[in-house]
Amino acid sequence: MASYTVTHEKAECLYEIYERKPELKHQTHYCPGCGHGIALKLLARAIDEAGIRDRTIMVSPVGCSVFLYYYFDVGNVQVSHGRAPAVGTGLSRSLPESIVISYQGDGDLAAIGTAEILHAANRGESMMVVFVNNGIYGMTGGQMAPTTPLGKKSTTTPFGRNEWTDGPPVRMSEILNALDAPVFIERVGLGDNKQIMQAGKAFRRALDIQVKRQGFSFLEVLSPCPTIWKLDPVDAQRFIREDMAKTFPIGNLRDRTKDALSRPAPKPAPPIAELPRILELTDDTPEEPVATPSKPLDLRLRIAGFGGQGVLMLGEVLAEAGLEAGYNVSWLPSYGPEMRSGTSNCHVRICSDPVDSPLVSNPSVLIAMNEPSLRKFLPSVEPGGMVIYNGETEPPEDCRRPDVRFITAHFTALADSLGSSKATNIVMLGALLEAEDLIEEKYVASALRGKVKSQRWLNIDFAAIERGREIACPV
Amino acid sequence: MKAQLTKGNEAIVKAAVLAGARAYYGYPITPASEIAEAAALYFPQAGGVFLQAESEVGAVNMLYGAASAGVRCMSASSGPGISLMQEGLSYLAGAELPCVVADIMRGGPGLGNINPEQGDYNQLVKGGGHGNYKTLVLAPSSAQEMADLTAWAFDLADEFRNPVAVLADGYVGQMMEPVRFADPIPVAPPPDWAVTGTAESRKNLITSLFLLADEAERHVRHLESKYKEAERKYTRAECWRTDDAEIVLVGYGIVGRILKAAVELGRSRGMALGLLRPITLYPFPTVQVREVGKRVKAVVVVELSTGQLVDDVRLALNGSVPIELYSRVGGNVPSAEEVLGFIQRTFMQSREEALIHG
Repeated sequence: MASYTVTHEKAECLYEIYERKPELKHQTHYCPGCGHGIALKLLARAIDEAGIRDRTIMVSPVGCSVFLYYYFDVGNVQVSHGRAPAVGTGLSRSLPESIVISYQGDGDLAAIGTAEILHAANRGESMMVVFVNNGIYGMTGGQMAPTTPLGKKSTTTPFGRNEWTDGPPVRMSEILNALDAPVFIERVGLGDNKQIMQAGKAFRRALDIQVKRQGFSFLEVLSPCPTIWKLDPVDAQRFIREDMAKTFPIGNLRDRTKDALSRPAPKPAPPIAELPRILELTDDTPEEPVATPSKPLDLRLRIAGFGGQGVLMLGEVLAEAGLEAGYNVSWLPSYGPEMRSGTSNCHVRICSDPVDSPLVSNPSVLIAMNEPSLRKFLPSVEPGGMVIYNGETEPPEDCRRPDVRFITAHFTALADSLGSSKATNIVMLGALLEAEDLIEEKYVASALRGKVKSQRWLNIDFAAIERGREIACPV
Repeated sequence: MKAQLTKGNEAIVKAAVLAGARAYYGYPITPASEIAEAAALYFPQAGGVFLQAESEVGAVNMLYGAASAGVRCMSASSGPGISLMQEGLSYLAGAELPCVVADIMRGGPGLGNINPEQGDYNQLVKGGGHGNYKTLVLAPSSAQEMADLTAWAFDLADEFRNPVAVLADGYVGQMMEPVRFADPIPVAPPPDWAVTGTAESRKNLITSLFLLADEAERHVRHLESKYKEAERKYTRAECWRTDDAEIVLVGYGIVGRILKAAVELGRSRGMALGLLRPITLYPFPTVQVREVGKRVKAVVVVELSTGQLVDDVRLALNGSVPIELYSRVGGNVPSAEEVLGFIQRTFMQSREEALIHG
């Protein structure tokens, strides 16, 4: 035993007196013989040795790990059950200089918090996770943990953990070892002094990865819980060595510290004045004074067709043109699965007064890009309104209204002849512009330039507007 | 900056970045996904963090971390995802952490559908998570308000150290309108309570845990006093033609817009209608509702839920004025005509009855 030295020095990053504790401020809340005290000492010593007390943020969730802030003189964040790796993610992403350590029990990490630990590990978050596995729920009084060994009795497995009803124990280190991102995964025990010395080394190594900013490190600690196990401390340690270690083999599962690269420092934030450009709120064009509308307008448009016919885009072009012409505008789409198949429609308002409701229930103009759309929306068109209908023939008998002006043409064929049926919507736009004296064409052209980036398509679109105008032009 | 045609959902993100938000954590869901998509595009370019979380549970706890670090942070979702966030919102409120969460409401309960609805009123305005806390809730009705109220939400969150929700429906999120954005503000240094991994912040503790009864009561009373202060300082509503109105319509979000059209249409037919549109849902504009309630003969609440907003209107008016509810759900959104039809049926009939029986 000559190689072991017993020390009673307090680590610097532990408080001298536990002022945050309501009572018994000179002792921890842990039971005699509990492994947490040892694990925390090893962690504290590793923090001291690395000289990172000021940079450390301890994340303590629910269970016997809940009161870490009583003891650790570091930044402390107390969190909900199982979510420490998510909270740690939020901390470490915004504070790349900090050292984030989450310290979680088995119920916390291996049951309620499985999603959070798995994905934090998979993202390789810059954090160290200490997973204290004592195979039981200690704080809540001895219920089964996901890591309770088979056959072991607990208050919720009064007949012993049953493989068929409770499932076998969960091995978190092995599960995380199936992921690519973690840099370090090791399972240690607190079953005797030798194991504890080995554990101390693993604590230092897992923490060193954080100091070097290499990524995610995970340390599972098999820890005795004599109170709940109803064993004396010596037998509890023996249980670690002889029983727990059978289910949870002690050893290093992964150490990629040699190959792992340090994460690059985040790019410096751009100057505040750059934000409008980054957010695409400014463009290179000189800012022109807002146009004064040439005449009063209250246009209520409904545009409808199949998904993929450019229904929404046509609405956007009209709304943008209306805005540039100095009107108040709104554009409201139908949304969701329609985008992928089926029908699509949108409501557009362009008016001199502020837009009250952006919903158009009685359109003054309906652009129906197919027959189902005509059928659906024709009855809602206001008397004296207008319908522009894309049909190979005149609308069917039951889709006509004498009080509504119709412009019917096979706009798809016209667009085809210009080079693409995709321009059908723009040919219909041309027809609308000709039929109703709405918005000056320069605003429409400008809106199109804003939306369509390719010159080839712009040329097709401008030709499409002309073709549409010819259709609607009264002979 | 000149007005730009902007989708409501995108306006939230741009306004957030301009207001100094530098962390976004979220999970996609229709009809809120554009918020995550725009955040993925803009937050990293602005020197911030974007992360698509494993779930809304993960996302809200990442907010807990970012807020603990003193960073202006946000998330967005829709009903089902907000339900998952409620645990975290309770913890954030309990630990006095500021954050902004946008809820672009869809149909429910359960999977419901993706159409616009207002069924999340109770789950956000009344708390939603466990314990005695409140979420401050703002209700935009236009793309411009999506921007303006998001910016305000960050200020409120910081002032009260509490989560603030921007509660909109699928239509307000999806529609495009001109938006004039505010000038960008610099990122403020972290507040003195934040845990930032520095010597100065080492003493700080973020927690919602208060073991002793007296300590816990003191904490809950402190939270309560913050909510009372918010109620005193920040109730907001738009009152439109309420001065000479006989019947006032009450609705928020997209409904507020439809009701404005209904007021105009009704007035053109000789009906003395007005509109009260709550902008803050919590704190509820009780004062404004009472003030208007003194002058009118009846109040009609219109909502895309089966009677959630109407409860707060009833509490505010406390039986002083007759209140009628007109409700549509499932994604059905009433037109102005439809609302007028309801008013006519309700009040004209009762007038006839009064003539016969009175």
